[in-house]
This record gives sequence, C-alpha cells and structure tokens, in this order.
Amino acid sequence: MSTTKLARRAGTGRTGDKVFSGAALGAGALIVAVLFAVALFLVVQALPTFSAPAADITGGEGFFTYIFPIVIGTLIAATIALLIATPIGIAVALFISHYAPRKLARGLGYVVDLLAAIPSVVYGAWGASFLASQLKVPYQWLAENMGWIPLFAGPASSTGKTILTAGIVLAVMVLPIIASLTREIFLQAPMLHQEAALALGATRWEMIRMAVLPFARGGIISAVMLGLGRALGETMAVALVLSSGPLIASLIRSGNQTIAAEIALDFPEAFGLRMHELIAAGLVLFLITLAVNMVARWIINRHKEFSGAN
Amino acid sequence: MKALHIGRVAAVLTVGALALTACGTDNVVETGNGATTGASAGPTVTGTLTGTGASSISAAMDAWKAGFESANSGAKVQYSPEGSGAGRKALIAGAVQFAGSDAYLKDEELVSAQEKCGPDGAINVPWYISPITVAFNVEGVKALKLDADTIAKIFRGDIKNWNDAAIKAANPDATLPDLAITPVHRSDNSGTTENFTDYLAAAAKTVWTDAKSGDWPTALPGENAKGTSGVVKTTTETAGAITYADDSAVTDALGKVELKVGDTFVPVTAEAAAIAVDAATVVEGRSANDLSLKLDRTTTVAGAYPAVLVSYGVFCAHYPDAATVDLVKSFGTFVLSDEGQKQAADAAKSAPLSAALATKAKASVDSISVAK
Repeated sequence: MSTTKLARRAGTGRTGDKVFSGAALGAGALIVAVLFAVALFLVVQALPTFSAPAADITGGEGFFTYIFPIVIGTLIAATIALLIATPIGIAVALFISHYAPRKLARGLGYVVDLLAAIPSVVYGAWGASFLASQLKVPYQWLAENMGWIPLFAGPASSTGKTILTAGIVLAVMVLPIIASLTREIFLQAPMLHQEAALALGATRWEMIRMAVLPFARGGIISAVMLGLGRALGETMAVALVLSSGPLIASLIRSGNQTIAAEIALDFPEAFGLRMHELIAAGLVLFLITLAVNMVARWIINRHKEFSGAN
Repeated sequence: MKALHIGRVAAVLTVGALALTACGTDNVVETGNGATTGASAGPTVTGTLTGTGASSISAAMDAWKAGFESANSGAKVQYSPEGSGAGRKALIAGAVQFAGSDAYLKDEELVSAQEKCGPDGAINVPWYISPITVAFNVEGVKALKLDADTIAKIFRGDIKNWNDAAIKAANPDATLPDLAITPVHRSDNSGTTENFTDYLAAAAKTVWTDAKSGDWPTALPGENAKGTSGVVKTTTETAGAITYADDSAVTDALGKVELKVGDTFVPVTAEAAAIAVDAATVVEGRSANDLSLKLDRTTTVAGAYPAVLVSYGVFCAHYPDAATVDLVKSFGTFVLSDEGQKQAADAAKSAPLSAALATKAKASVDSISVAK
C-alpha cells in the first residue's frame, strides 16, 4: 500500500517536472518561432519593392532614396528621446531608491509606473494639442538667438509640431521604462558595498558613484535599450504630433518623418506596390531594432567583469 | 477546443440566420408597404452584402446600413473602410460584392474586373458628394474671395503673408493683418487631398505644376496633421493657418474661402457642390451603364462649387445568382433614394445627389443582372 503511494507520488513529481520543462521549452521555442515568422512575413512581403523599377517607388528614385530620410528621422527622434529621458530616468530612480523617505518612495514608484500605462494615443493627443502650442514661443526664441546652430535654424514652426516636440513626447513615454527598471537595479546594489563605502567616509553621492552605479551599469544599458525600442517603434504619438516633411537638420521647423509614423499614416490607403514599400520600411525598422539590441548585448557582456556583481 | 469554439459560433450564427430569415418572410407585406420611400425595389431582400473601400464614406455608410437593414430585416450589409485602392482591388479579386471608392475604376482596372465580374466588367455609380472647403484662421475674417491661382500660390508658399496684394485686390473690404500664412495639409494619404490637388492642377494650371495625388507633394513647405480632424484642429490653433477639409468638419471658428467660378465667387454649400457634379460629363468609351464622372474643375456654370469629392459605389455588371443581384440592386436603390441621400446628408453632411443624377444612377443600378 505504502509503496504504491510512494511510487505514485514520485510518479507525479516526475510528470510535473516533465510538463514544466516541456512548457518552458515550448514558451522559449514559441518566441523564436514568432520572431522568425514575423521576419519571414516582412521579407516575403517586402520583396516586390526591391525588384520594382526605381521610378515606380515613391519619390521616383528607388527604395534607398525613399527610406534613407525616414531612417534618419527615426534615429533623430529616438536620440532626442533618449538624451532627455536617460539622465532624468536615472535621477528619478536614484531619488526613489536612495534619497526619498520610504513612504514617499513607494508612492512615487507607483506614479512612475502609472505613466507607462497611459496609451500612446493619449500622449499623442497631449503632444499635438497642448505641448506643441506651448513650445511655439521657445522655438521662436531659439530661432532668433541660436539660429546660427544648424539644429535651431529658423524660421521656427508656427504650430510647434516639430521633430523636437515629437522627441520630447517620446522622452516622456520612455521615461517610466527607464526609471522603473533602473530603480529595481539600484535597489539590488549590494548593501555591504554601500555600507563599506559610507564607513570609509564617502559622501552619499560618492557612495552611489562607487558602489551603486558600477553595479548597475549593465542594467542601465538594458533599460535604455528597452526605452530605445519603444522610441523607435512608437507610431501613434509621432503620427499625431509631428508635422512631417523632407529630411532637414533643423529641429524646430516642420519636417522629418519616422518609419513607424509613415507606415501608420499611409497604410490605410496603401495598395499594390505602395503596401510592399511600407512593409519593406517595416523590415528596415525591424533590422535597426535588431542591430541596436545586438550592440547593447555586446556592450553589456563587455562590461560584465567590471560590474560590482562579482 | 478551438474547433469546438468555432463550431459553437457557427451553430449560433445558423440559428440566428434562421431566425432572421423567419422574420423576413413573416414581415414581407408589412415592410413592403413601409419601405415605399426607401427600398422602392419592392419586396424585401435577405442575405449578406459585403463591401470594402473608401474611409471617406464610413459615416454615410453606417447610416445607409442602419436604414437598409431596418427596411429589410433579413438583409445585412458589411463594409470595412480600408481605403479606396484596397476596395477596388478587392472587387476585382472577387472578394467583395461592392466597393466604395473616391475614384472610379481606371481603364486597366475595368479590364481586370472582367475576370470575376464577367465580360461586361464592373460599373461605377456616384453615390456620395462632399464639398471640400478651403478654411483659414485669420481673426475677424470669416469669408475671403480667392481665385484658384491665388489659392495654389498660397499652398505652394509663393504668397507668404495675408496682406499680400493678390489677396487684397479681390477682398478690398476685408481687414487683412500682417500675418504669415501657414498652409496645413494632410499627412496621411486621402481622397480629399486627391480631389483638392486635382482642382488646383486643373483650375490653376500655370501655378500648380504637380499632378493630382492622394499624397501631398512633399517638396512643398507647410505644416501637416493626421486626418480631417487633425488639419482642422491644427488650423484652429494656429493664427494665420489655412487648410482644405471636408466641409462637414470645418467649424465656425474658421473662415471659409469663396471660390472664383467664371466671374463670380461661390461660397461652399451642398447645393453648389451638387450643381458642379451635375455639370460633369460622363467618361466616354465605357459601358452605357457606367457613370464615371469627369468633373470639370474649370466650370463656369453659375453657382457651381468645383472643389468637390465624388465617391462611387463600384459594382459588377453581372452577378452569378439572382439573390445577390436582388440584394445589390435593393441596396444601391436605397442609397440613391431621397431617403438614403438624406440619411447620408444628416450623418456626414454630404451633398445629396441632384434628382437628375440620382435618376441616372438608379438606372445604372437597375441594369445589374444575373450572368448568362
């Protein structure tokens, strides 16, 4: 009697183990399969674009001439977003993890996480109808006083719907991702190291610089890369905020366009070759994101041995 | 699990369809009497009609769907607004029974439609007219008289200020400020842009050198925004902005341009748009039942407003079975009836077809028959 019970118990244990490992394997394989299927779809659907005569492509000068400006536009918007969001995000995270009183920290953490839950179309509407009109005057000032820098060459946009505005909106959207991920990393920094630094007479900022930031470097880069992924792929907010146009260096004039917004705006009425073109644009965005993530992985791996983790 | 689920849905649908059909047969006499103004085709029809195409008519289509389905309780209309091009492509591929399109089928599309629609191909029937307003935001100015050349110059950035001599000359009474003009156009591909650029290309030949297109020429300066509501909002918020949009979406906060037609200036109204469409000629070399209209954007007919968008219902000339033919004819007749046009005007502020054009369009729909 007891032996059968034991055997049965052992049996269930093994089954559970098998089921779980199978499920885990399935989940792992599924993500690869989905990624592969997406890539395959993009490549197959994009192919007609590459075999079509250059004159038939939008702009009339081939796919490269068509895609180049919007690739650069995408990178400009994402760069602005990260330049703004990374320092603020890290500062917010450090404040929550190391400076704020515990009660305040918890509330603030919730608020930051809530920012991530707002749908992007709401950010877009806010950017287009509120932020843009608020930025008209600063842009005017920039054009008048800093116009000699090509980035701020005038005349400033009269609606304020420029790539800089889009970048700022993206920064707000990316901020909660960077802030909440880095906060978790900072909280995991080894207490012993921090206490040791303080015991040796370091100020709080020195302690953070010596014991927290080096430990968190890999995590910060991962967080920034996740934020970059969102900034690169963000569609609705950019489509609503940006008054698009040809590629220009000035950030305060209407112009530039991002891949995701271009697809969102033109896909509903696209058919035939135009549709394949837009899918090809999607493929390019896919490849950019892939490349960015691989570079990030490489940086993280290179810095692994220097981090405080070991 | 999934199969079971689908099975269940199918069962529900079947039961539902049976119930609907039952209702339909019960009410034949009653609805036949009630629907004298609407589906004048007589007896009610049953079945599901599927279409796809232009998003510009979605509001009107929702009204037509509701009106048609309440007059024919056994019938159902499905319409997915995926864009004019997608609609024409789907009809040619035989995936839908009708398409909505802001442009009639091109000659080569008519040829390719013969494969699924039979040797007589497809027919284009105008069923929705919408005037395009040129709207601007200049404080204290609610109406301006402008000719096509001036409008084209403004949208090309050649005229940069509201106190320009060309604007002043036509509007001696208006107090025009020293204010920069900001042209605002659509950032997405749209039938409104296509019809507006068509108007400019025809009426201001020497100034507007770009061909008509659903995408605004990217080389031109100016701001843009997404969708009709986007351009109207941006214009309302920007002093000195000017844009073009479906008249239904333009609010009282903006001034409207009166277009120069012949020697007079015509303000935008539904009637003026219908007059312009009446002045259009039918494209030649097509089947007798095809009502593809070539709009004369340079018309001098009194009271015509030539910046209009005409949307077409695209049908096959023949369908394989009588049930589909009845359904298509009944729906087409309903849309073109006074009631259908009024519902669209209420829902989407479109301009109803004139009686003459509606009669011609109904005759076209009536010609649809079963393939031999």
